[in-house]
Amino acid sequence: MDVFLQQVVNGVTLGAVYAVVALGYTMVYGIIQLINFAHGEVVMIGAMVAFSVISALAPSGLPPLAVVLLGTGFAIPVCMLVGYSMERLAYRPLRRAPRLAPLITAIGISIILQHLALMIWSRNILAFPQILGTTTYFVGGAAITNVQIAIIAICVALMGGLAALVYRTRLGTAMRATAQNPQVAGLMGIDINRVIAATFVIGAALAAVAGVLYGTYYGIAQYTMGSVLGLKAFSAAVLGGIGNIPGAMLGGVLLGVVEALGAGYIGDVSDLCRYGWIAALMDVRCADGGHFILFGSEYQDVFAFLVLILVLVLRPSGLLGERVGERA
Amino acid sequence: MQRTWLALALSATAVALAGCGEQAPAPKPEAKAEAPKAPPPPPSIEIKIGHAGPLTGGIAHLGKDNENGAQLAIDEANEAKLKIEGKDAKFVLLKEDDQADPKQGTTVAQKLVDAKVNGVVGHLNSGVTIPASALYNQAGIPMISGSATNPKLTEQGFKNVFRVVGRDDQQGPAIASYLAAERKPKLVAVIDDATAYGEGIANEVEKTLTAAKIKVLPREKGTDKTTDWKAILTKLRGRKPDAIFYGGMDATGGPLIKQGKELGIKAVFSFGDGACTDKMTELAGPAAEGLLCSQAGIPPQAASRKFLDAYKKKFNVAPILYAPFTYDAANLLIEAMKKANSAEPSKYLPELQKLSFSGATGPISFDDRGDRKDAEITIFTMKGGKIEPIAVVKGGKTFGYEEFLKTMGGG
Repeated sequence: MDVFLQQVVNGVTLGAVYAVVALGYTMVYGIIQLINFAHGEVVMIGAMVAFSVISALAPSGLPPLAVVLLGTGFAIPVCMLVGYSMERLAYRPLRRAPRLAPLITAIGISIILQHLALMIWSRNILAFPQILGTTTYFVGGAAITNVQIAIIAICVALMGGLAALVYRTRLGTAMRATAQNPQVAGLMGIDINRVIAATFVIGAALAAVAGVLYGTYYGIAQYTMGSVLGLKAFSAAVLGGIGNIPGAMLGGVLLGVVEALGAGYIGDVSDLCRYGWIAALMDVRCADGGHFILFGSEYQDVFAFLVLILVLVLRPSGLLGERVGERA
Repeated sequence: MQRTWLALALSATAVALAGCGEQAPAPKPEAKAEAPKAPPPPPSIEIKIGHAGPLTGGIAHLGKDNENGAQLAIDEANEAKLKIEGKDAKFVLLKEDDQADPKQGTTVAQKLVDAKVNGVVGHLNSGVTIPASALYNQAGIPMISGSATNPKLTEQGFKNVFRVVGRDDQQGPAIASYLAAERKPKLVAVIDDATAYGEGIANEVEKTLTAAKIKVLPREKGTDKTTDWKAILTKLRGRKPDAIFYGGMDATGGPLIKQGKELGIKAVFSFGDGACTDKMTELAGPAAEGLLCSQAGIPPQAASRKFLDAYKKKFNVAPILYAPFTYDAANLLIEAMKKANSAEPSKYLPELQKLSFSGATGPISFDDRGDRKDAEITIFTMKGGKIEPIAVVKGGKTFGYEEFLKTMGGG
C-alpha cells in the first residue's frame, strides 16, 4: 500500500509540472486553434536561464531561497520575451494561412530554440547547484520532500492565479471573447492582436516557472529536455480536452499519476510467471521464483503517448472538452 | 642620473649574456672528446617507438600524461645503455596527436606505420584505439594501450594488440565481488540504462552475485536519457534490497541516487566507471556520499614508489591517470626487444606474448587475447564530494587500498 501511495505522490508532483506546461498549450489552442509545438522549448529556456543565474549567484552567500527566486525572476521575463517574439515573428504573419503552415513554423521555432540553447549552454547535461537542502517527510509510509511540497503548492497557486485571470479580469474576458469568435470580438473593440500576444506571454511565463521547478526537482537541465516534456504536456492538454483550462490542469495531474503507476506496475503485470497457466508452459524460466517480464520499466515514457492515442481514438474532445469534434 | 642607470643596465645585460655564453660552450669539449671515441667501433641502432594520444582538446592533459609515462620509460632505457643485436640501442619516442578523434587516430596511426616504428604505445581512448589497431595489425607492429578498456579492442583476433589496463567487463565481477564480500547483502536490485555498456556491466554484476548465492531482483531498466527514476525506485523500495547496482553514466546515475535517497532508500548504491566521477556529487549533492563505484586499473598514486619519484623528478608534476600504464607499456616493448635481442617486430612479438614483467603497476603478463592477466580494478567510495579509492580487486581477491599500496611499495 505504501508503494501505491508513494507512486501517487511521485505522479502528482510530476503531474503538477505537466499541468502548468499544458496550460500554455491549451490557452494558445483555445484562442487561435494552433498547437504551439515550440512551447516545450520555452520551458527549456526557462530552466537554462535559471541555471545560469543560480550557478552565478550560488557562491555569493545569498540565502538559497533568494538565489532560486532570483533565478526564476530572470527566467520569467526572458521566456516572456521569447514567447512574444515567437508569436510576432512566426505565427502572426501566418494567422490567415492554412492551418498547416503555422504548425510547420512552430516546429521550425522549436529547432531554432534548441540549437540556440545548444550554442549558449553546450550539449552537456548541466547540474543545477544543489543549494536547497532536501528534507524528506514520511506521511503514511510515503516519502515527500520539501521540494515536492513546494512544487505542488506553486503549481496549484499558478493554476488558481490563471483561473482568476481568465474568469475575473478584463483581459480574461477579452481572451474568452477572442476564443469564441475573433472577428466579433474585434468588432466589439477588442484589440485581438494584443490579446493573442498576451496569451503567448502568459503561457511563456508559466513555462518559465515550470522549467525552474523541473530543473530544481531533478537537479539537471539539458538543451533537449524541452521536447519530451513538451510532448507529454501536450498529451496532458489533449487528455483534459484541448482548449479547456481546467481540463489541462486535470489532464496534467492524471497523466503524471498514470505514468508513475504505469512504470511502477508494468513489470509486475507483464510478468508471465505470475499467470499460472502460462508459467506452466514455460516452466524452465519461471522455476524457482524466476521471472519472465515482457515489458519492463523502460517503457515508462510510452504511457503518456498511449494515453494520447487512446484519447484521440475514443474521446477526441478529451475529458472536459465539449463534443465539438471538428476542433479537436 | 639616467646615463648611470643605462650604463648599469647595459653592463648587467652584458654579464648575463656572458654568463649564457660561458655556460653553453662548456659541455661541448666533453661531447667532442666523447664523440670520436664512441661511434666507430660498435655501430648504434635507432629504435623508434610511437606514442599516440590526444594532445589537444578537452582531454589533452590526459594525453600528455600518457605521453610522459612513455617518455620516462624511453629516457630510462637510453640511460641504461642497452645493447640490441650487439649494437648500442638508441630509443626515440615519436609523439603524435590523435585529438581523441577516431578519424585523426587512423591518420596518425598511418603516419607512425610509414615512419616504420618498431612498436606503439597508445592510444588513449577505446574508440580511437580500435580503428587504429587495424592499421598496426596490417603492418605487423606491436601495439600496447595503457588506457583503452573496451573489451572489443582485444576481441578482434589481432595478434599484435595488447593492453595493460583492465577491461570494462572485468569491472562488473569486481564491484559485485566487493559488494558480496564487504557489504554482505542478501538481496540486490540491478538497474541498467539499456545501452550496450550499461546492460553489459549489469549482466556481469548479476552473474557474479548469483554465483555468490545472493538473490537478485528482476532487472529494472531506464534509458540513457531517463531523468525520473522515482517509479522504479519506489517499486524497489517496496522489495527492500540491501544494495542497488546501476549500470549507466553519471548523467543518469546522479539523479538516480538523489531520488533514491529522497525516497528514503537505505540500500548501498553502487555503479560502474561510467558513474565513477566527482560529477556525481554535482548532480546529486550530499546524496552521493557513500556510493560505491569501480574503475579499471589503479589510481596513479598506487603505482610503484620508484616510478612516482622518477616521474615527479622529471616532469615536476604528479601523474594524473594512466601514466604508470603507458610507462609499463613502453617498458614491455623494450623488455621484449631485449629478450629477443632484436627490434624487429616479427622477432620480438613472440617474446612480448610470453613476457612476465614486474612493472610500475605490478606484475604483468598477457593472456591469449592480449589482455592483462589478473588486471586490477579499483573500488572507490564518495567521501566529502570526491571519489576515494578504498579497495583493489585483483584476480577475484579483494585487497584493502592501504594493504594494496604496501604490496606495491614492496615491489
